Amino acid sequence: MLFFIEVVLSGLMAGVMYSLVALGFVLIFKASGIFNFAQGVMALFAALTLVGLMEKFNFPVWLAIIGTIAVMIALAWLIERVMLRHLVNQEPIILFMATIGLAYVLEGLGDILWGSDVKLLDIGIPQGAWEWLWDQGIYVEKLELFAAVTAAVLVIFLAVFFQKTRIGRALRAVADDHQAALSVGISLNTIWVVVWSVSGIVALVAGIMWGSKSGVQFSLSLIALKALPVLILGGFTSVPGAIIGGMIIGVGEKLAEVYVGPVVGGAIENWFAYMLALAFLLFRPQGLFGEKIIERV
Amino acid sequence: MNTRELGDVILRVDNISLSFGVMKVLDDISFDVRKGEIRSIIGPNGAGKSSMLNVINGFYHPQQGSITFKGNTRRQMAPHVAASQGIARTFQNIALFKGMSTLDNIMTGRNLKMKTNLFWQALHVGPARTEELENREAAERIIDFLDIQAIRKKPVGKLPYGLQKRVELGRALAAEPELLLLDEPMAGMNSEEKEDMCRFILDVNSEFGTTITLIEHDMGVVMDLSDRVLVLDYGKQLADGVPDEVRANQDVIDAYLGVPHEE
Amino acid sequence: MIYRETGQFKTSYQADQALFPIAQDRYVIFAALIVFFGIVPFLLNEYWLNAIMLPFLIYSLAAIGLNILTGYCGQVSLGTGGFMAVGAFSIYKLMIAVPELGFIPLVLLSGLITAAVGTLFGLPSLRIKGFYLAVATLAAQFFLVWMFNKVGWFFNYNASGMINSPPMTLFGVTITGPEGDMTAQYLLVASIVAVFALAAKNIARGRIGRNWMAIRDMDIAAELIGVRPLMAKLSAFAVSSFYIGMAGALYFSVWLGAAEATEAFDINQSFLVLFMIIIGGLGSILGSFLGAAFLVLMPILLKNIMVDGFGTDAALAAHIEIIIVGALIIGFLIVEPHGLARLWRIAKEKLRLWPFPH
Repeated sequence: MLFFIEVVLSGLMAGVMYSLVALGFVLIFKASGIFNFAQGVMALFAALTLVGLMEKFNFPVWLAIIGTIAVMIALAWLIERVMLRHLVNQEPIILFMATIGLAYVLEGLGDILWGSDVKLLDIGIPQGAWEWLWDQGIYVEKLELFAAVTAAVLVIFLAVFFQKTRIGRALRAVADDHQAALSVGISLNTIWVVVWSVSGIVALVAGIMWGSKSGVQFSLSLIALKALPVLILGGFTSVPGAIIGGMIIGVGEKLAEVYVGPVVGGAIENWFAYMLALAFLLFRPQGLFGEKIIERV
Repeated sequence: MNTRELGDVILRVDNISLSFGVMKVLDDISFDVRKGEIRSIIGPNGAGKSSMLNVINGFYHPQQGSITFKGNTRRQMAPHVAASQGIARTFQNIALFKGMSTLDNIMTGRNLKMKTNLFWQALHVGPARTEELENREAAERIIDFLDIQAIRKKPVGKLPYGLQKRVELGRALAAEPELLLLDEPMAGMNSEEKEDMCRFILDVNSEFGTTITLIEHDMGVVMDLSDRVLVLDYGKQLADGVPDEVRANQDVIDAYLGVPHEE
Repeated sequence: MIYRETGQFKTSYQADQALFPIAQDRYVIFAALIVFFGIVPFLLNEYWLNAIMLPFLIYSLAAIGLNILTGYCGQVSLGTGGFMAVGAFSIYKLMIAVPELGFIPLVLLSGLITAAVGTLFGLPSLRIKGFYLAVATLAAQFFLVWMFNKVGWFFNYNASGMINSPPMTLFGVTITGPEGDMTAQYLLVASIVAVFALAAKNIARGRIGRNWMAIRDMDIAAELIGVRPLMAKLSAFAVSSFYIGMAGALYFSVWLGAAEATEAFDINQSFLVLFMIIIGGLGSILGSFLGAAFLVLMPILLKNIMVDGFGTDAALAAHIEIIIVGALIIGFLIVEPHGLARLWRIAKEKLRLWPFPH
């Protein structure tokens, strides 16, 4: 029973980590209708930059974080200028492909700038088992708890941002209808830079959490592929959906791996999330919290 | 005054009610259409006219009531089954296949007339080729009829609105339907285009004997073309009869002038 | 002026419907066929045949397959790698079990097996559309690769999970395995690709192709003309998977010789073929060839320029290559989202008038 709780908790924590990446997706999708395949690579790139600034330039942690945020904002500006601006009215699949291209570019760039070896990332997040629970026989990583709290803070912040601020409102307008937003004077380009910057910062947070946990390496970018089932479950446009979807996927995956895995040879984690998402799609294509797609003739 | 030889009832709509959630779109509608007739459905915007057509051809499934077409009664039917029974239609907002040319769009209308399987299609000899040529000829006859030879290879997405509507009519005609449902075929046209479309509709009816049910807003057109007119308002049936009757009906006049009903 | 159509009147629908109605096109295709079948195999050396022509042809076949599903029928699929794996592992098991059937029948059989699998994974397409369908196909991709990695029966319980192509002969010439004769391999693959490209073109311009395009353009309206959406979509999945399966079978047995599921058929493969049809042109058979050529040649060209030309270190060159591929893809999508096929068509339009400006 204790083991079961541990698996569930571990799943929840892993789920939160997925959610962090999924959040970045939701932001961009909400505001520009683009599914940003490069989100995972952005997390990797952000983490690489952070480590690079700390190691190669000997920045203290706080300065490195600010520096990385600056880099991500500059990146967002570049992406808008060079790529997004020219792809304004294209179909979703074209936009998606463009972000795959972007992912390749960032991947190569990150490798060249900071090297492709595995890096250790330690910015002082508490590691090790959470003593109080460990005494009860359940192993939970302090790091993952920290990530969960951070995610919660982020979600609250983003929710407030979207609902209460002027820019948040503009973002929602853009997500709804590009042309209508333009006609009330909202500058698409500025909005996109803002969104991709915020997304970049979320990617940085995700990169820090994942990087602290398992080192900064290429596999970080593959998390993007895990975020997709999360988004399907939660709905592509829902911030709380990303969190809850992440947790469901995290728990589901862990449980499947532990209890069903040994029967079929293990490594179910590779595809279980997708099968779960597929099952969901068949019954509720818009996800738990997404908007229903209605087709009119 | 249209007093013509009309056949038996080909389509009968009985007590159809349709709701989307709490919104009642059609409320207990009953009417019939005779073979060879030109039947119009009119009414203010939002009256439920398009929904009625959607029910007839299977896109919407009514909660109550039934449709009897050529003797077969059913509550609901899938659109492709309606097509195979001989119902074709056009749409208010043009449902052409924008990625294909005019000719290809009309050829798609011949879909149900073509049967050769994948294997022969891959070889494109013998039965597949003959079939393709025969149906090409049929499509060309329609292209001649509608006078759209010049745009046959143009992608329809690039055509002006009026021509797109004509191509859509062509696609519907290609199926050689017994019942043709036209949803605002003249919307957005100037008077010259409207005249052309009127003539096409009349020709289709007289040359091919196709029964036509159309939704239109232009009262002049409706009164001139139709054998009988059905009037809907807020999903309810207001009147049903020959044009002169309907024109004089007080409820109809009120509805169009915006005088509120008593419930 | 060279490309004038004037004077070429068609007097029958048959002539108008011909595969290449314009005479100049016919000459070009004829010449291309002569070059590909008569000249190339005897002129090019083994490196060229093996490193460039073979993968170009095999990927063209896969690209045609994916184009049928995504370009003509509008169903986005990211499962190409997984389906190629099905083709590869099918032919592997078949080659070991029933080699006496002959190589070509085995290729066709593995295509059929993949068609069956593809149809199965295509079932969700009735409920799920567009981008969500792409995600569903990812499920297929990950699951299939996992399966071919874990379930020992597929790779005959070999410790490394690799499958090796046993040697098979065709008309007395060894065609598969390490001893394969390169010229023979090239001619075989080229023939298969030519035949099936023609078949694909025929299907695409007939009733079935039109129904696929109807589904792609407006599936609700397609029902109006009597198309049954599930049947049309499943047929697209089936035919598409048939082509992709054959490509996978040839990829493994003729080109690679040995393969391991996660390496040879992972998601990057799916992306690669998708890039090919987007860059080449969706809904175009010619585009499938152009896209395959572009994405097979470009990395090789880049590597040659960088490593041999500038003496760049191999690892760095690999990174730069990735950046350039990514940048080119973005560039292409910005400049001509309809791909090389559209550029080709525009060029032909200009050729009609050249040397006159308008």
